[in-house]
Amino acid sequence: MLKLPIYLDYSATTPIDPRVADKMIPYLVEKFGNPASRSHAFGWEAEAAVEEARVEVAKLVNADPKEIVWTSGATESNNLALKGAAQFYAGKGKHLVTVKTEHKAVLDTCRELERLGFEVSYLDVKDNGLLDLEVFKAALRPDTILVSVMLVNNEIGVIQPIAEIGEICRAKGIVLHVDAAQATGKVVIDLATLKVDLMSFSAHKTYGPKGIGALYVRRKPRIRLTAQMHGGGHERGFRSGTLATHQIVGMGEAFRLARLEMGAENERIRMLRDRLFKGLSDIEEVYVNGDMEQRVPHNLNVSFAYVEGESLLMAVKDLAVSSGSACTSASLEPSYVLRALGREDELAHSSIRFTLGRFTTEEEVDYAIRLLHDKIGRLRELSPLWEMVQEGIDLSTVQWAAH
Amino acid sequence: MAYSVKVLDHYENPRNVGSFGKEEEGVATGMVGAPACGDVMKLQIKVGRGGVIEDAKFKTYGCGSAIASSSLVTEWVKGKTVEQALDIKNTQIAEELALPPVKIHCSILAEDAIKAAVADYKKKHVDQAAG
Amino acid sequence: MFTPVYLDHNATTPVDPVVLDAMLPYLSSQHGNASSRHEYGRAARRAVDEARSKVAAALGAHASEVVFTSGGSEANNLLIKGVAACLKPGLLAVSAIEHPCVIRPAEQLRKRGWTLQKLAVDANGRIDGANFQAVMAEQPRIVSVMLANNETGVIQDVESLAAQASAAGAWFHTDAVQAVGKMAVDFRRLNAAGVHALSLSAHKIGGPKGVAALVVDKRLDIEPLIAGGGHERGLRSGTENVAAIVGFGVACELAAARRLANGERLLALRRRVERGLRALGATLFGQAAERLPNTVCFAFPELDGETLVGQLDRDGYAVASGAACSSANPEPSHVLQAMGVAPELARGAVRVSLGFVNTDAEIDGFLVTLQATVLRLHQLTAMAV
Repeated sequence: MLKLPIYLDYSATTPIDPRVADKMIPYLVEKFGNPASRSHAFGWEAEAAVEEARVEVAKLVNADPKEIVWTSGATESNNLALKGAAQFYAGKGKHLVTVKTEHKAVLDTCRELERLGFEVSYLDVKDNGLLDLEVFKAALRPDTILVSVMLVNNEIGVIQPIAEIGEICRAKGIVLHVDAAQATGKVVIDLATLKVDLMSFSAHKTYGPKGIGALYVRRKPRIRLTAQMHGGGHERGFRSGTLATHQIVGMGEAFRLARLEMGAENERIRMLRDRLFKGLSDIEEVYVNGDMEQRVPHNLNVSFAYVEGESLLMAVKDLAVSSGSACTSASLEPSYVLRALGREDELAHSSIRFTLGRFTTEEEVDYAIRLLHDKIGRLRELSPLWEMVQEGIDLSTVQWAAH
Repeated sequence: MAYSVKVLDHYENPRNVGSFGKEEEGVATGMVGAPACGDVMKLQIKVGRGGVIEDAKFKTYGCGSAIASSSLVTEWVKGKTVEQALDIKNTQIAEELALPPVKIHCSILAEDAIKAAVADYKKKHVDQAAG
Repeated sequence: MFTPVYLDHNATTPVDPVVLDAMLPYLSSQHGNASSRHEYGRAARRAVDEARSKVAAALGAHASEVVFTSGGSEANNLLIKGVAACLKPGLLAVSAIEHPCVIRPAEQLRKRGWTLQKLAVDANGRIDGANFQAVMAEQPRIVSVMLANNETGVIQDVESLAAQASAAGAWFHTDAVQAVGKMAVDFRRLNAAGVHALSLSAHKIGGPKGVAALVVDKRLDIEPLIAGGGHERGLRSGTENVAAIVGFGVACELAAARRLANGERLLALRRRVERGLRALGATLFGQAAERLPNTVCFAFPELDGETLVGQLDRDGYAVASGAACSSANPEPSHVLQAMGVAPELARGAVRVSLGFVNTDAEIDGFLVTLQATVLRLHQLTAMAV
């Protein structure tokens, strides 16, 4: 029996894996100590759990636990990484480089740094969503101190060439930050070989709880940051504030499970995603957004021509999907990520992001395929644009009575 | 976005979807909006003797409220003379469908579609009379 | 199984079973992102909205005045740095006994051209009126004085202080993290007196760690600390921690409903502790001041606090030597130093902070153990001499 709506929005957030929740709950109740309490067993027990979780987070990305700083989530990690590094290294230069398809947490932080006197280059991507390394190299300047490029894009799932970008940055002594919120458990991350200096993580995109994330801060060569949250000096001064033990324990367990299971899980998800793609590709005028090769197996972002976005979302209300990133879709403004792919020229396309995950079933995918066939057909039957195209009219030649 | 029961009804069961043959007797077409704005409405009326609208059909590219507004209008114009049809105001449409402020433009577009269809009818009618 | 008696409720509290029950669905099937438009997202949004209303109701505030953060430290950082970022640099005054998450951000502002004045307290830990007036005469732009102190439990007359500060043209903030749930905290009333912002935290009142709030008068301009997505009216970006926020809402509701009964019960327990401590010859800090009904801070001359709490822990009683956050710091408490307590005595400081789950029997057991421990440590000290 299918539960509706079918959840196909794993990039917005994932359910907490029940195994993760089971590990968290004792830390809300009987093991409730404050990890900073040094004077009694309640505190030590909590501290031990926090450190165990730190080891698990480090293991997933092959880092040293001492390089992991807890934060309240990837948004805070991105803020801490960018502001912290920019402010610390401001003496060396004031130029930053990032990409137009980054998450708002990076872009908005860059805007803030611009107001504080930094200069930021926002690079275009190729029409497959990937960064052109030649464009990237050309953007670097002698006063470039920091680069921020995401590993996996939240909307189109493409994987940026971080290894190559890391080599380029390291050779020039530029700090590289990578937002990996959408990457953990989906792609192998080996920080022992990747020349990445700062990396942001989130628990709730990898079957852990909301409200917890981490920032990897490289020790060799040592990367320094100006703290953004001051107080009791937690997290070696990088980030003050009482540690939320249960959430940290949840992130640790979620990342442990990801490490153990991602190989098999990704193959299963890839099979489902390919099934979905195949099922939708016999609808006329359907286009995939973003590169299909350099892409995580969880993501399928497609545009349907001559169908309006809001009515499409209404039509597929039995599917919990996104028409942009979760942070911006409430406004239904056209996705800036798709716009960066050059999709703005193509009028009257609507895109849906399908993101599959651990609990997605074949039955759910098949239901989604049937539903879309039915609804796209119905909306096109309603669409005067579709009718005109069928009659052979080129819509770009029409004089629209704009209002 | 919370839709009213009436919007949902028209969206789920749109009335009078389709097109008339362009050369059919008494058919006039109003096409308003633009893809770039997110809505295009095509309203067709079939006007009989005495200027009475006997039938109407629509196609709409747009949100649920735009589809509902145009569907509603096809029901309202039927049986009215073209002059009476021009009396339909967007405020009546918005009120009937309980459109929220951000969706008022859908009702305006529907009113514009009526005007455009009637104008097309009059143009053809005059042309016919002249011919 | 041996379970120690927990007497450190100012550090953190266990999650109330009622709170846990409310949270559990949001740790399992109700997993939506509150920014998503589909049903999972809308359900999460409704839960966040409802929790916001509960937090507001418990404090007599309006829901739109509540900004959720990841903790009390973030709420205080947001207020101090965020308000300062919207003002021309000038004078900033915070009490000398504030939590480090107020003092440290205030110190940071010196780098941006601000002058920091620490407000003095008297021997009982209350704001020194004459000093306060003198500082207000210099027209500070921001003033922050905590409602109740985490170490001593001493309560400030915030209404009167805020009135003076507001009259001097300052924005006034109070850290109410320790006060909420243990005394009446009414934001409307405080706001009328001149308080423009107030911080509170869930895990001090039977809610989960990882969530807190800043309650803000909307006339106060604040620059966000965390950018990216524009959540919380643009004041705090980041995916809402739905489960914790739901727990926070229920914890506030319970705290408000139980406050009077809990307050009386805590006060009776505290008096029982204090009677015992006096009989043992302890020095009690802030004795003459109005204090939270659950907090006792004391020291035995010539006994090291760390040693004492370590021994008490082994004997099954969890208490604190100074605030949890700065326990790693061997420096004597800045709060007691500000009260003029001699460093030798301050090093002996122990804090007992009670919860309504504590019993008379636990207190009596604690006092018996304490007496034995003090006696033994005195003998050890005597032998060492």
